[in-house]
Amino acid sequence: MPDVENHDELRQVTEILQRHSLEPGNLIPILQEVQEELQYLPREGMRLVGRSLGIPEVDVYSVATFYNQFRLNPPGRNQIKVCLGTACHMMGGYIILDCFERRLNVHEGETTPDREFSLERVACVGCCTLAPVTVVNEKTEGKVTPTRVDGILAGLGFKKDQAAGKVEAEV
Amino acid sequence: MAAKVKITIDGREIEASPGDRLLWAALDSGIYIPHLCGIREENHPPASCRLCFVEIAGMPNPVTSCTQPVTAGMVVYTRSSQVDRLVRRGFQLLLSAYHLRCGECPKNHTCEIRRIAKERGLKLRVKDLRPLDRDLPVDASAGDFVYDPNRCVLCGQCAWACRHRAGVGILGFVRRGMERRIATFGEAPILASGCTRCGECVKACPAGGLTFQKEASG
Ligand code: SF4
Ligand code: SF4
Ligand code: FES
Ligand code: FES
Repeated sequence: MPDVENHDELRQVTEILQRHSLEPGNLIPILQEVQEELQYLPREGMRLVGRSLGIPEVDVYSVATFYNQFRLNPPGRNQIKVCLGTACHMMGGYIILDCFERRLNVHEGETTPDREFSLERVACVGCCTLAPVTVVNEKTEGKVTPTRVDGILAGLGFKKDQAAGKVEAEV
Repeated sequence: MAAKVKITIDGREIEASPGDRLLWAALDSGIYIPHLCGIREENHPPASCRLCFVEIAGMPNPVTSCTQPVTAGMVVYTRSSQVDRLVRRGFQLLLSAYHLRCGECPKNHTCEIRRIAKERGLKLRVKDLRPLDRDLPVDASAGDFVYDPNRCVLCGQCAWACRHRAGVGILGFVRRGMERRIATFGEAPILASGCTRCGECVKACPAGGLTFQKEASG
């Protein structure tokens, strides 16, 4: 569903495409530039890239979902990164991720419709002694518990009734 | 067309065109070699199922017959303890991520999975591997056929067929690792993705991943 911002985004993608020779071999560098400018790969943008390079759009999606560096949803104003490295995994990182998913009503890798919060999982962030760890806007929160999840979100101005549906994954 | 050459498979002499890939030369002569991902028309076969191993005299290790070109005088063995071990393990790994329940599968008895098990005396059961039961949603949007990702062996036949036989190209591999699957752009329903319902993908599928509705009811 094209939203208002889509026009701008598509124009930016078009400009990026104009700077490259349009061969399938340039798919990854093009996607990297799109992500650098827009912070994520918008759906219509991926479609446009596919059309321009003369490859099936599913091939673009294939590459975009293969590499961790690409994100399919815009980053939120608040970025929540739940560590699922070995130590955090052992200490219940999944439970913490699950708590955030429920509270925010999004899945890992998604962003709330108001773009206030995005949720991702990361591998070890280097402070295993504090496991399970969550990085909130570059700030490391250690020994996170389900109740702390509520506290963290409250501290970011999240209100429970805010969780009104998630960014639609459908095209 | 180049003159035919003679090769020997399991002690039997057969004719093949040089450059032909061994898998198809063998199958054409009625010699069975397990295979799921091999595509005859494809110059760069994915060789991803790892089931078509054979031994070739003079080569130290088993090779995948779907990628091996035929040369004059080649001596091939479709079975050996090494080949059998590789195939057994590969088959087990594949089944560990496969929703078997043959009784409930529309392709029961006609799929390549059962054929391989029968030909090689392999069990349709996973013993020592933890099963990966993914319980992914089934896509019946196309009406005439059903896509069940839980019965997909990731052979890629459907994506190739959709692209090269149907000339449509809406199917492809997405995600990676255990999340790897065949899907459309954005993982939208097949019918909403430009499917012409030509059925080429279903005809190409060797497993229970894509099945015609007729098969399901009959
Ligand atoms: S039936 Fe649809 S998905 Fe299958 S090959 Fe034809 S166009 Fe592609
Ligand atoms: S759906 Fe069938 S043809 Fe397609 S990859 Fe899966 S098993 Fe192979
Ligand atoms: S595993 Fe989470 S910080 Fe190391
Ligand atoms: S048919 Fe040769 S590896 Fe699959």
